[in-house]
Amino acid sequence: MTWTDLKTALAGDGYVASDDLAVALQLALSLGRPLLLEGAAGVGKTEIARALAQVRDTRLIRLQCYEGLDAAQAIYEWNYQRQLLTIRAAAEGGETGKAVEDRIFSRDFLLERPLLAAITQEVAPVLLIDEIDRADEEFEAYLLEILSDFQVSIPELGTITAVTRPVVILTSNGTRDLSDALRRRCLYTYVEYPDRVTELNILKARCPDVEARLADQIVGFVQKLREEDLEKTPGIAEMLDFAAALMGLGIADLTESPAVLQSTLTTLLKTQSDQAQVTPEVAGRIAGKAA
Amino acid sequence: MSRVTKFSGRDPGPSARVAGFMAHLRDNGLRLGVAEAEIAMAALAEVDAVRPEESCRALRAVCTGCKDDAERFDDLFDSYWMDMGRVKQKVVPGQTSAKNDSVHSSRDARGEDVASSGNVTAPDDDGGEANSGGTGKLIATKQKNLAHKDLRELVRPEEIEQAEDVARRIGAALRDKRSRRRIAAKKGDSVHFRKTIRRSLSTGGEPLRLLRKKRPDRTRKIVAICDVSGSMSVYSRVFLAFLAGLMRADTAADAYLFHTRLVRITEALRDKDAMRAIGRLSLMADGFGGGSKIGPSLMRFSETYAKRFVDGRSVVLILSDGFDTEPPEMIAGALQKLKKRGCKVVWLNPLKGWADYTPVAAGMVAALPFLDAFKAANTLADLMALEKELATV
Repeated sequence: MTWTDLKTALAGDGYVASDDLAVALQLALSLGRPLLLEGAAGVGKTEIARALAQVRDTRLIRLQCYEGLDAAQAIYEWNYQRQLLTIRAAAEGGETGKAVEDRIFSRDFLLERPLLAAITQEVAPVLLIDEIDRADEEFEAYLLEILSDFQVSIPELGTITAVTRPVVILTSNGTRDLSDALRRRCLYTYVEYPDRVTELNILKARCPDVEARLADQIVGFVQKLREEDLEKTPGIAEMLDFAAALMGLGIADLTESPAVLQSTLTTLLKTQSDQAQVTPEVAGRIAGKAA
Repeated sequence: MSRVTKFSGRDPGPSARVAGFMAHLRDNGLRLGVAEAEIAMAALAEVDAVRPEESCRALRAVCTGCKDDAERFDDLFDSYWMDMGRVKQKVVPGQTSAKNDSVHSSRDARGEDVASSGNVTAPDDDGGEANSGGTGKLIATKQKNLAHKDLRELVRPEEIEQAEDVARRIGAALRDKRSRRRIAAKKGDSVHFRKTIRRSLSTGGEPLRLLRKKRPDRTRKIVAICDVSGSMSVYSRVFLAFLAGLMRADTAADAYLFHTRLVRITEALRDKDAMRAIGRLSLMADGFGGGSKIGPSLMRFSETYAKRFVDGRSVVLILSDGFDTEPPEMIAGALQKLKKRGCKVVWLNPLKGWADYTPVAAGMVAALPFLDAFKAANTLADLMALEKELATV
């Protein structure tokens, strides 16, 4: 499969990827390297993993990172409660010693967390490590080990080696700089906000019912809005919500009713100061330019 | 005419050309190892390498690691592979002198200017423009133009070493702040009761091992913003050395320059060659030594970068004299916005070191209510003396 095939396949699934992103994805697949995606919130970094899983017809395993994420939540954990109950039951049944011990430290009592689950699948899944920049640096080091060896050591069970190599996609919003070691191991792509044509294609792929003229206006409006000095720039998901809201209200032209336009702006502007800044006059001006 | 570079017939082949390209990237400050060259080859085999734009995309995915690098990559790619059909004589750069060729600086190791201009590592000519006709590499050039002052003339390598030491101490003084909460630790100052009781279950309710907890040190991130406008040019030397030192001593630190606009210089200063880092800086700080717009620059900082890099655990160091050409309300507004992110703001003003100094500059007066500390700093020694005072911020 070349990158153009991949791009077409993704487009068939409703994800319009830029050429840069398609090439990087194709390389990540063929070279077996993790792919690190950076970019502003709402440019479709997480969505690409879902689309890729759809295209390859495999599972998507997602690990959402947060501050304080540790190995127990990311890799594996013993099911303590079940182990305790088993010990109690075994003691009443007169079973003791090594047999019980072997039983409670078997795979049945292991709770698989995303990273372990990802390497034990029969069919290579897509592993999405979302917002890696939120996790602590210690966790990043741990992740590096797994990403390079694709194996996990469990003291009681021994080493579990990957059956298949998952396709790994990492995303980062840049709340902190990632370590050089992690960057070096990954392929890298910076995902920009899409240009007008791409965004129009996205809108058409996601909301096929929207009329061409309105679609053009919506995309033009959002693109112009991104140039305004806002606290939180609207992403693609917001644009789709906006389109859905307009269609739900049966609007055919953005400039037709300023009051309705203003009320639907709640789908695009997510902070109080942004809403205060984009007054009906400003919205009208932008809509006029976009039309 | 094809824009693609023609390679000399004697060169050893495609793999050597890729290796040459990797060396070219390394010369321009991208951190790449042998492993990357290998992946680059594999990546080129995967795409249609005959088409330049595809090779460029593939190599960009492999060779870059952050946004700044990715943005520079296209130019670097073009300068090596798309040389307007000129013949490239040497694919693999040879060792041209006994000096370490990984250090590209127009000064020698003692910080003196190399007398002859236009050697391999510094393609200067009198016009100050990099000579695009030769086979030289694209690196920072020494500029004679005053509006385009070379910061390397201001900073010397030995100063950076000294500054690194100072920065490390100040960093340490500012950085470690004890947390209010406690976490489990092998050598803690108090008993972790919850954990001890829970662990005692495995010994039949008998707390055989006492587990402990302590207050961990939470590292604080230092964000330095340096004013390089005309009024500050006397002090720029100290402050730039300090910034360079800070970035080398503390991997989490973040640095910015401003005069009439704000530039992020973190990536440039992380360059492993200190003098080349300053060289890259001069290219970025176009307009260095001109007027100052403190208010708008700080405002821009708090509206853009601060959202990503400043949180409750940050200390923002502002190095400026407070002479602003814009209305002082801007500074107050920007600092207020910045303070809302929960950070500490420390202003180091070189003028404060003067006898009988009072902060009369309107900008400075406007800023005072928002500062956690307002200190003097003219020389490296002064900065060193700040260590104790900053520890209590």
